Amino acid sequence: MEKQWEEMSSDEKQEELFARWMSPKDPQGNDLKFQSPQAEKAYKERITRIKDAIQMKKLPDRVPVFVIPSFFPVYNAGFTPQEAMYDYDKCCMAFKKLVMNLAPDGQIGTVAPGPGKLFDILDYKLYSWPGHGVSPEQSFQANEGEYMKADEYDALIDDPSNFFSNTYLPRVFGALEGFKMLPTLTGILEIYGVAFNFIPFGLPPVQATYKALFEAGAEALKWAGAMGAFNTEINAAGFPGLWAGFTKAPFDVIGDTLRGTRGVMLDMYRQPDKLIEAMEKLTPIMIKMGVGVAKMNGQPLVFMPLHKGADGFMSDEQFKKFYWPTFRKVMMGLIAEGAVPNPAAEGKWTTRLEVMQDLPKGKTLWMIDQSDIAKAKKTLGKVACMYGNVSSALLALGTPQEVKDYVKKCIDVAGRGGGYIVSNGAFFDHAKAENVKAMVDFAKEYGVYK
Amino acid sequence: MAKDLVNTLADLKEQEAITIVKDRLSAGEDPLKILGDARKGMEIVGKRFASSEYFIPDLVYSGEILKTVTEIVKPKLSTTTESKKLGKIVFGTVAGDIHDIGKDIVVFMLDVNGFEVHDLGVDVPVQKFVDKIKETGAPVVGLSGFLTLAFDSMKQTVDAIKAAGLRDKVNIMIGGGQITEEVRKYTGADAYGKDAMAGVTLAKKWAGVK
Repeated sequence: MEKQWEEMSSDEKQEELFARWMSPKDPQGNDLKFQSPQAEKAYKERITRIKDAIQMKKLPDRVPVFVIPSFFPVYNAGFTPQEAMYDYDKCCMAFKKLVMNLAPDGQIGTVAPGPGKLFDILDYKLYSWPGHGVSPEQSFQANEGEYMKADEYDALIDDPSNFFSNTYLPRVFGALEGFKMLPTLTGILEIYGVAFNFIPFGLPPVQATYKALFEAGAEALKWAGAMGAFNTEINAAGFPGLWAGFTKAPFDVIGDTLRGTRGVMLDMYRQPDKLIEAMEKLTPIMIKMGVGVAKMNGQPLVFMPLHKGADGFMSDEQFKKFYWPTFRKVMMGLIAEGAVPNPAAEGKWTTRLEVMQDLPKGKTLWMIDQSDIAKAKKTLGKVACMYGNVSSALLALGTPQEVKDYVKKCIDVAGRGGGYIVSNGAFFDHAKAENVKAMVDFAKEYGVYK
Repeated sequence: MAKDLVNTLADLKEQEAITIVKDRLSAGEDPLKILGDARKGMEIVGKRFASSEYFIPDLVYSGEILKTVTEIVKPKLSTTTESKKLGKIVFGTVAGDIHDIGKDIVVFMLDVNGFEVHDLGVDVPVQKFVDKIKETGAPVVGLSGFLTLAFDSMKQTVDAIKAAGLRDKVNIMIGGGQITEEVRKYTGADAYGKDAMAGVTLAKKWAGVK
């Protein structure tokens, strides 16, 4: 009989997750019915190609190609981001059109725009979205702030979940104000204490918050239904979705979400020990988050958007002290459980490459934006597969010929010996459709390994 | 006892810098002289950033120390005198884009290098740039943007400056995460800076500073 998960080595776990990805399920949990035998074959070939590129054990049949957009499919289909966020069918139509027209090896489904109505219900403050802080024609954008105050590290470290539920969530969601009044649930221990701990749930602000939560939950379910149906359809047509879910580097959890760039940077000076302690505390939580989605969805790839560790955002010394250690621990934790961390190094990370190559071979997949591709191949590229480096500017303003020339350079420099996937380097909103098509078509034509 | 405020601040020693400032104030020293030293310290910070010895966290922290120092000194000031400025610059993140980190760094670097920067903030409508250029007579304009949508906003801003008859009176620089020479050509700007120091170098060149 097959080995139990607990008995498997990390290599076997990775193989198992790739195997499950190769045999997808429909939303009811049955084996997915492909549109045709050809679609099934193409689906499996695409995953095999991606797997070979990632594992670096043998050459894929050709260099794979990804298209990883932000709102580009929406504009390309003639919709506004507002329409895509409020009309789930339009959102799905837009992404479907892109995948069907381009037939990339890797695509990211339709979930990125997210449900606008849900954010309305919750009065989300961490982001502005079309019609709420930015115009209907524009992408959502983050509003950084000190959602956690400088003197709240101890509260976070002592009990991260409680800090999120009772402090952080009410600050980033206007509708969740009532959570401030919630009891600490670990206080519900004996019959004497039970009733006291339930008093808050009778108070009008808490009840209003729960009403908003029910409404939000219903909307989230509606959205998930629409997205799930689409993703099943697109898988059945032969196109695997890349990511099981996401997790983050602990420095970015604090820098993006909790303290903001300014806050976290001051903490590096004023309370470095607290900052490091908090990141250590978040590390197993981030591992669990990534491993959880990989196992639940039966897919190895876990996306990790990286932000504050880019070149220039801190010195190499600061990177080694603050950013890398817990980021690496999260990746190693994912790898141990068979998942493949997929960090996106948007911007430039050229000076970090030597540090970042301290990883086991064939266990990670990196999105590379403007880092020096030749240097990346010689460092990180020795142990990890990379995709990207075709810039947003080139896709938006170049010509198809210029795009082809650049893709050729990428394949020549980074494709040699495998371990490279052609792709755009940053999530993009605006591009010429013919340029994106040129990137995909030329990769398929020129990227064949002979 | 008179420890060196200039170097203490440049070395980002917050507590020491604050102690020195308080000591010097209670010794009856001219507050303007103290602020002058703080400014010199910030110039060194700027130089260290330019030579990649300092990075963004160091800039942010130095700004915070300067803010604290200024708050301590301010109540003792009878008059404020404007220090000499190399020239005026109108700066902002273009319409539709609300990213401020990159813009703030360039504004900071221009400021410590002696420019009078009129920072219009983020998501700045085209007309606001035009109005501010008219109002200040600034010969240099800086447009910042992080998203690909900024390419068009930058182009529209440059076009509006042209339409207002101001194009030959200003030099325009652009910058941001995805900006390249291709984008520069597309927008019609005069130059692009790949980082904050490149922005300072451009501004100095255009202002005729050696």
